[in-house]
Amino acid sequence: MSAAESGSSNGNPTVELRDVSKRFGDFTAVDDLSLAIGEGEFFTLLGPSGCGKTTTLRMVAGFEEATEGQVLIDGADVVGLPPYKRPTNTVFQSYALFPHLSVADNVAFGLRRKKVDKKEADRRVGEELERVGLAREANRRPSQLSGGMQQRVALARALVNFPKVLLLDEPLGALDLKLRKGLQVQLKGIQRDVGITFVYVTHDQEEALTMSDRIAVMNQGRIEQVADPEDVYDKPASSFVAGFIGVSNLMPGTVKTGGQAGEIELDSGVTVKAPTDGLSAGERCQAVVRPEKLSIGEGGRGHPSVEGLVESSLYLGTSTQLIVKLPDEVRMTVLVPNADEAERQQLPGGGAKVKLSWAPDHMHLVRESREHSTDDKEDAT
Amino acid sequence: MTARRRLVPYGLLGPGAIWLALFFVVPMYFMGELALRTGTFTEGFQSGFEVSNFSDALSGNTTQFVRSFVYAGTATLIALLIAYPLAYAIALRAGRWKLLLLFAVVAPFFTTYLIRTIAWKTILADESPVVSVLQALQLVPEDGRVLATGGAVIAGLTYNFLPFMILPIYASLERMDTSLIEAGKDLYASATQTFLRVTLPITAPGIVAGILLTFIPAVGDYINAEILGGTGTSMIGNVIQSLYLEQRNYPEAAALSFMMMVAILGVVLIYLRLAGTGAFMGDEEERG
Repeated sequence: MSAAESGSSNGNPTVELRDVSKRFGDFTAVDDLSLAIGEGEFFTLLGPSGCGKTTTLRMVAGFEEATEGQVLIDGADVVGLPPYKRPTNTVFQSYALFPHLSVADNVAFGLRRKKVDKKEADRRVGEELERVGLAREANRRPSQLSGGMQQRVALARALVNFPKVLLLDEPLGALDLKLRKGLQVQLKGIQRDVGITFVYVTHDQEEALTMSDRIAVMNQGRIEQVADPEDVYDKPASSFVAGFIGVSNLMPGTVKTGGQAGEIELDSGVTVKAPTDGLSAGERCQAVVRPEKLSIGEGGRGHPSVEGLVESSLYLGTSTQLIVKLPDEVRMTVLVPNADEAERQQLPGGGAKVKLSWAPDHMHLVRESREHSTDDKEDAT
Repeated sequence: MTARRRLVPYGLLGPGAIWLALFFVVPMYFMGELALRTGTFTEGFQSGFEVSNFSDALSGNTTQFVRSFVYAGTATLIALLIAYPLAYAIALRAGRWKLLLLFAVVAPFFTTYLIRTIAWKTILADESPVVSVLQALQLVPEDGRVLATGGAVIAGLTYNFLPFMILPIYASLERMDTSLIEAGKDLYASATQTFLRVTLPITAPGIVAGILLTFIPAVGDYINAEILGGTGTSMIGNVIQSLYLEQRNYPEAAALSFMMMVAILGVVLIYLRLAGTGAFMGDEEERG
């Protein structure tokens, strides 16, 4: 519907950051960051609180000015332009709905400022409220709506303007889990429907994996990895990414031989064949194996295994989670699907000695990150 | 248990209700009763039904009556124009100076009202630097004066009631979610438009409260007119004071007070009604 207004026809990325830094006094919030986000992409900035993701978003919106570098929207440099002159709209974490206006007037706010013809504005407001399923709430005040409804009003208020880029700052952060799941699906559907570029900020890795076309994982003002959800999960670029996305299952080791047919010696003494791209012999690294890819017992031929003690066993409904302690305080999480009750009964309990094994191609090697600040990943920003 | 629970709200209303009865309803009754008495101070006042007290009190004093509203209205308007930017700066821009600035707003209260007003007499005196500057700026004629004019009274009223305007506006600005301002700018409203369409309507309750807190005491004030005014600047408060303390005509003083109160109540009710519909500030343009 809005291809003419939202699309970029000149082949430029819709949003581009070139060597952007943002400093607040001595603190560097965003550190020499470069990014290109394509047309119609659902792009997520993911990271713990204080990693600079919201600052990055605010620099695109125009609420913060970059200390250094360029911000381009549709090929045009927008540095210095105030927010109201940028072709972006924002969905705020607190929704920021105008409490003194009705739902319809909230949605119409941007169109009225842009002096869109009244009839046309009314039609678009109606359409947008229809899309988010709030047509019947048009005359109510935001305070009379539930959190989920307010969130949808905020979305409609931004989308109705057909921005080139829609910026979303943890838009689901204030909602409860169940509502969040529903809205994730709805949000993704709306994005596909309107074809507008979404830049989405979140600290929730599951949310990022569910919705995004691509994810930029940020840490301490820098980007650790930009990739699609599958690669971010299966082939994390650093120990930080591996730890932040999913459960941190990291086994330290040393590269024995580099190259495509390389080998790594884990600190537990096991030597495993693994492609060691970009790593050279003697270098320290970490081996990642996702919890669902570990199995209890010897495993198949050629499958490496390590020995450890079961520290705890937790029934999660669809699966059972075992925490296994390897030597040197390395803890591994194992998820065993509860497909068969008899099988589940035979799982080792706490204190038992077990072997963990995995298929060699389910192991991925990562470099050590600058810092393992994975503890605060549940913190809201 | 449930019966007791039902009584809880009344219990909570109790102290306030008793207070209101003792210090508002009872004095009102006595004032109303006094306003209808006859007689003189020396011979004593007898209770009666002397309605002419009301018309007598008003006759010859209508100028002061109107003047009170004009002075108080002007002072309230000036106070609003000074208070809003100040409150905005303190609430949203002051950063770590916020508390200090708030203290500065309240600091004059550490001196009594009377002393502060007398201090203004010095500030506005004929040879004072303030007046010289005003004369140099041609705002006051070369041989003109400021003290003993209506302007001096309005200045005094504005100064004395300014904190009552600043504080409620500050409170409403402080409470406002600042991302609303960002949302306004994000939705193509310039800084001015964002202020007019977002900040101002959202802080309207603070403005309404500030106007009431300033206007009501200012209308009935007599200290400023007494100390800073001259001939032809007296307000209704001065008339009541003179009727009561100098002429000892209690019934007429009471009648005038009574009418004053009704008039203020009327103005306030009309004002609140208009403010409530958002006629002054508020709703988005096209409504329907």
